[in-house]
Amino acid sequence: MAARKAHAQEQKFLRIEGLWKAFGKFLALKDISLEVDRGEFVCFLGPSGCGKTTLLRAIAGLDIQTRGTVAQDGKDISNLPPAERDFGIVFQSYALFPNLTIEKNISFGLENIGLSREKVKARVAELLDLVGLPDQGKKYPAQLSGGQQQRIALARAIASKPGLLLLDEPLSALDARVRVSLRHEIKELQRKLGVTTIMVTHDQEEGLSMGDRIVVMNHGVVEQIGTPTEIYRDPQSLFVADFIGEMNQVPAKALANNAVKIGETSFNCVPHDFGAGAAVIATIRPEDIIPHGRSTGKGRGKGGTKKPGNTIDVDIADMEFLGSYWRAILGGEQLGELRLLANLSINAIRRMDLAVGMKLAIEIPPDRLKLFPSKNAGPAE
Amino acid sequence: MSDISYSAMPQGEDIKPKLGTDDWVMRGFIAVIAIYLIIALALPLYAMLSKSMATYQFDLTQYEFQVSDEAGNFGGEVFSAKALNDREKIYSSEDLITGSDGRLDVTKFFPDFSFRSPVHYKVRSLSATAFYLSGSERRSGPEWFEVDSNQFRKIVLRPVAAFGFDNFKRYFATPSLVRSITNSLLISTISTVITVILAFGFAYSLSRSCMRFKSVFRLLAMAPILVPSLLPGIALVYLFGNQGMLKPLMMGESIYGPYGIVAGSVFFTFPHAMLIITTALAISDARLYEAAVTLRASRWRTFWTVTIPGARYGLFSAAFVVFNLVITDFGLPKVIGGQYNMLAVDIYKQVIGQQNFEMGAVVSVVLLIPAMFAFTIDRIIQRKQVALLSARSVVFEPNANPRFDWLCFAYCSLIAVFIAGILLVCQYAALIKFWPYDLSLSLKNYAFDLMDGGGWNAYRNSIKLALLTAFFGTIIVFTGAYMVEKTNGFKTGRTLFQFLAMLPMAIPGMVLGLAYIFFFNNPGNPLHVIYGTMAILVLCTVTHFYTVSHLTAVTALKQMDNEFESVSASLKQPFYKLFARVSVPVCLPAILDISIYLFVNAMTTVSAVVFLYSTGTALASVAVLNMDDAGDVAPAAAMGMMIFYTNVIARTIHAVLSKGLLRSTQAWRSR
Repeated sequence: MAARKAHAQEQKFLRIEGLWKAFGKFLALKDISLEVDRGEFVCFLGPSGCGKTTLLRAIAGLDIQTRGTVAQDGKDISNLPPAERDFGIVFQSYALFPNLTIEKNISFGLENIGLSREKVKARVAELLDLVGLPDQGKKYPAQLSGGQQQRIALARAIASKPGLLLLDEPLSALDARVRVSLRHEIKELQRKLGVTTIMVTHDQEEGLSMGDRIVVMNHGVVEQIGTPTEIYRDPQSLFVADFIGEMNQVPAKALANNAVKIGETSFNCVPHDFGAGAAVIATIRPEDIIPHGRSTGKGRGKGGTKKPGNTIDVDIADMEFLGSYWRAILGGEQLGELRLLANLSINAIRRMDLAVGMKLAIEIPPDRLKLFPSKNAGPAE
Repeated sequence: MSDISYSAMPQGEDIKPKLGTDDWVMRGFIAVIAIYLIIALALPLYAMLSKSMATYQFDLTQYEFQVSDEAGNFGGEVFSAKALNDREKIYSSEDLITGSDGRLDVTKFFPDFSFRSPVHYKVRSLSATAFYLSGSERRSGPEWFEVDSNQFRKIVLRPVAAFGFDNFKRYFATPSLVRSITNSLLISTISTVITVILAFGFAYSLSRSCMRFKSVFRLLAMAPILVPSLLPGIALVYLFGNQGMLKPLMMGESIYGPYGIVAGSVFFTFPHAMLIITTALAISDARLYEAAVTLRASRWRTFWTVTIPGARYGLFSAAFVVFNLVITDFGLPKVIGGQYNMLAVDIYKQVIGQQNFEMGAVVSVVLLIPAMFAFTIDRIIQRKQVALLSARSVVFEPNANPRFDWLCFAYCSLIAVFIAGILLVCQYAALIKFWPYDLSLSLKNYAFDLMDGGGWNAYRNSIKLALLTAFFGTIIVFTGAYMVEKTNGFKTGRTLFQFLAMLPMAIPGMVLGLAYIFFFNNPGNPLHVIYGTMAILVLCTVTHFYTVSHLTAVTALKQMDNEFESVSASLKQPFYKLFARVSVPVCLPAILDISIYLFVNAMTTVSAVVFLYSTGTALASVAVLNMDDAGDVAPAAAMGMMIFYTNVIARTIHAVLSKGLLRSTQAWRSR
């Protein structure tokens, strides 16, 4: 059992080791290593300029890395030109040949590989069916909508059944609504075909909803690799915490015994290694703050004392209606000058009859309150 | 994770990408076209530069003679040629400076020489590089060479070649030659100022007024591009020449000289300036005008604070292009310049008139300097204009304003009358029997075969040249542009190629033609075989007009998605399939533009080919020049108008073809 598992470990479909890419003096990729399983859907996620597209182009052989190796299916392809690799690619711009019909676009890579004319025709029809555009074969790309064009680009990329599918911001040029529906279509298609897929995106929602695993990148470095829930629930760096979803970030002081002092109050938090008194950033997601109803303020101690169960009283400084929930801006004596954002459900607001200016008791769950080194100590943002 | 500090990459070799078949083939193509440009451009220019530095001088100290008595016995004194020359004072030191073909008669050293005399002569040279000819036999060396008196007539000395700036020193010491520099600069500057102002007014009227007949005006303004630059010269002679129709308007001044050159230059450079300025005006942002209106700025103030600054790059660019065209033009000052010397004409006079190739090369180098300068400035400005273009702006839509519109209409009509007038005068001159004495109509001026200049054959040759140039030129230019745009890596090679492709624009046609003589007329050159054939004319014309064609192709290619190549490679298709099935069809409009550009220019060009045609390959444009030179001005005008009509037809065919092709192969363009 163990031996078989070890064997499977060695047979990772794509292995990237110690990848560096220099453009003159600028380092676009710094020591990137990662592995992708066969059939996996991996997203490279990061802000623009983080190196995600550079990494994708290195994997495709379009811009070969300066150092490091890329191995696909057990074969070292580090220095091979694109034509000698095994992948299909879809670009943000679709890159459909404008003067060829949809059919001719899809069959472009199927010609002169030893397929009979009938087989090519059948395959094109099959692909058009697969992407849900069976009757569009005779049209030209300019006659299709953006979403349709991108589906054709996808069909062209998978036409010759490549081992690896690369998607470079495939949805960025589309309308928000089309983007969401195509997201599901691509994901479903990928699952059906079982093709190993790497997608580059700067849209966290897209990455979280599509990827089996996410590679979060920043400044040419991999910040974290993990499943969408891992990345969201347990960010390993302040950058990831900040980039994925929303996060309250407040300067704080680490205390002994897994506690932290925020404003005038100490809280229990996720276990940490900081020395007592170290400057840190305490983080909690707005939706993790639990409202405990209106507070009368009676019988509660003054600032500096921690309430049992990490509960404190706050003032509702402002409220913003965001459709499916309310965003409350919380302040108050116990927080000092700091402000916290909390997402409160419409139900909770109604039940507790909350409004601006009221006092509210909130609970900060210790397992959701995480500390990171202060920005001054960490890497430059 | 992120707190690891990355100082630098690990040491070691960079990964060397393995080159695929496509990479090699594309690099091969770049190399082939680069070699083409080196042979057709770089090497001839090098030959010309070295020619301008080559000096030829008879070195009399290197030759010695001995004379026998009447019985043929030698025993007398040995004379050096220098001693003989000093004694007899035959050749001055000026006489001893010569060209590569210089030959010095030696019998003059012996005043009592007679070819019937029984006296024998001995000749020798003291070094192996001091040559003399006996008939056609080339000899040198310290062994005595004995000849009888009859053969001694056929002994000539050959000059010794050296490198140095002597030619330039001589050039700058000759006032008549140096005056051409100031003449050329003066005429070019004046013509530039006038043309740019006139063209700006025209372009402004076209883009900022609501006057009628805009398309007619635009068409008429482009007409001068379709005729050789010397044609306006002929028309001006008919209008203002010694027997001109409007001679009194000159008030005693002569049209032959600066007035004629400037007037003709304005005519033939007008469309170039107008095109550039129209483009510059078209990209200016309408929002700026709206802002000016809301700020209650006067029309005058808006003009100076919005219009002029917005079009300034276009104006500068137009100025340098016009300057370059005028200073390098040869046909016009040749026809109407009279005694007023210009640099480009000097090259022609030195080479064709005096057979002084070295001095021709020197003038060429002198002419290269302002041309290169104007070219460089223009390139810098163009780069800035591109940056301006990329900004998103709103297209300006003029509003009707009757007074302003009528003013514009009147102004444009004036320009149109000038342009149409020049062409009509030429056509009229071609059709009347004998100006100004017999004004009856006749076609006798079209009997080109009865005149010098090549006859109808020259016309047929011109069409052949234009077709061949358009065909081969388009293939070479587009392929080269594609390879250089779409090849990965290979940066040095591509930069070199870009430089070579831009160079022709900076080289005046006269300079290129002369450089071709030096390079291809060298018997040691294996390409000598094409000298005097149609091939060298095609080669020269393609090279002469390479840059603009190249830029057209590059612009079209840049508009194509850069990822096409990536997609094609990922689909494992060879690049030539993408090239043939996608790149060429998508760029077809640009390809057609390149071919018509090459065709029209091949029809009208004079400057480069005037040095290179032979009796079998005489050209229509050169025939215009030669017939005019020979006094057959009316037939010259007739031939010039033939070129005009041919180009009009070619342009019409091009327009129809483009439209038809667009409809059939580019259905994808419309939704």
